[in-house]
Amino acid sequence: MITKRNVSGRVSTGLAMLVMTVMLFAKSPSVRASRSNHDQPAAPPAAVKIDNFSFTPQTLTISVGTTVTWTNRDDIPHTAVSTEGVFKSKVIDTDEKFSYTFTKAGTYSYYCTIHPKMTGKVVVQ
Amino acid sequence: MTYKKQDVIDQQMQDLNNDGVDRRGFLKCMAWAGTGLVWTMSGGIPVSQAFARSMGHGPGQGSDFSFVQISDSHMGFNKPANPDVVATLQAAVDKINRLPDQPEFLLHTGDISHLSRPDQFDTVDQVLKSANAKQVFFVPGEHDVLDDNGKSYLERYGKNSQGAGWYSFDHRGVHFIGLVNVMNLKAGGLGSLGGEQLEWMEKDVKHLKHSTPIVVFAHIPLWTLYPDWGWGTADSAQALGYLKKFGSVTVLNGHIHQTMQKVEGHVTFHTAMSTAFPQPQPGKADSPGPMKVPAEQLRSLLGITDVNYLQGRHSLAVVDSSLV
Repeated sequence: MITKRNVSGRVSTGLAMLVMTVMLFAKSPSVRASRSNHDQPAAPPAAVKIDNFSFTPQTLTISVGTTVTWTNRDDIPHTAVSTEGVFKSKVIDTDEKFSYTFTKAGTYSYYCTIHPKMTGKVVVQ
Repeated sequence: MTYKKQDVIDQQMQDLNNDGVDRRGFLKCMAWAGTGLVWTMSGGIPVSQAFARSMGHGPGQGSDFSFVQISDSHMGFNKPANPDVVATLQAAVDKINRLPDQPEFLLHTGDISHLSRPDQFDTVDQVLKSANAKQVFFVPGEHDVLDDNGKSYLERYGKNSQGAGWYSFDHRGVHFIGLVNVMNLKAGGLGSLGGEQLEWMEKDVKHLKHSTPIVVFAHIPLWTLYPDWGWGTADSAQALGYLKKFGSVTVLNGHIHQTMQKVEGHVTFHTAMSTAFPQPQPGKADSPGPMKVPAEQLRSLLGITDVNYLQGRHSLAVVDSSLV
């Protein structure tokens, strides 16, 4: 009895995998298509430079879907952290980068949690 | 070299009470002679005097005990302002070990590491092992609590502490309070102690006699030194309010990588040099970032702070000396 169960188990697992594989192949093109339709036209990336203990530009205006990359040009580590908890970089050391893609319109204030006098804003339209 | 040294002295003088003594000129002279600077505080009246340890005339002679403050070792920093912070920390320890009156312990006022990495803390611990004084008390700087909200700092240094790492202890009649003002900093704001820590501190000092000398140490200055660069602590006034009844309060901070001193009533505020790299004077540069100076000048802008306690005189003498 035990053997029978094992055998039937194996068979059904094999069947399930086959079905799943077929489904994956069938589905993946349509998923890709719908994604690329949604994202078109792709927004060009935007950059914020961290230098001299400030974010430049201090206010960055972008369109929905834009990926913003912060690059630290200081000799001291910084962070870029949303004051409303929307995004939070890890520590960004010299010449390191942090990126975040903004998918919703709005105004996003952020600051450096190490040097809180450093503040900036991203306006997403 | 002399130019920079002069700047440091000018800076030290700028916030002091004017009591008619021409300290500025006097101390400039003494600085040229390579001596340290002593401040004693007695009955609310600060008294300055030249201090030449090598000649054995300092109040360290016959003091009840002394301890040394080091700060901002920024282990892991390797930029042009100081490519070898291990060597300068070691030089600071060597200098401490050569003091004629050996300190009974060390205080490290934060930014132990540059990036809160375990290997950076390991290196500092290793270098400090070569100090004759075996006990070291720490408070964290903002560089010690990156990314993990201070978890690894607390695991290593916070064994007898509360909350984010604050604690107090008594040593030979002096009450020491180590505070944490680098956590949960708000956008646009200064250093912060927070309600929980303030509540703890109020209770901590409540039952102490007014005559108990108090030493408070924390990373970011507990006085508003230069808010544009975040050099101050938003709720420090409340903390200092709890200390009003005490006749002798010494506040020791780091963070700004240069010495500054202010005397206000019974409270002496003092910031220490870094052992890693100097920072510009407030407002004298675009940002408070590391200041690159010619290599031969670097060690004259790094240093240690030696603090002597003299019982009976009810005063603490604070002596800064550079690594060279």
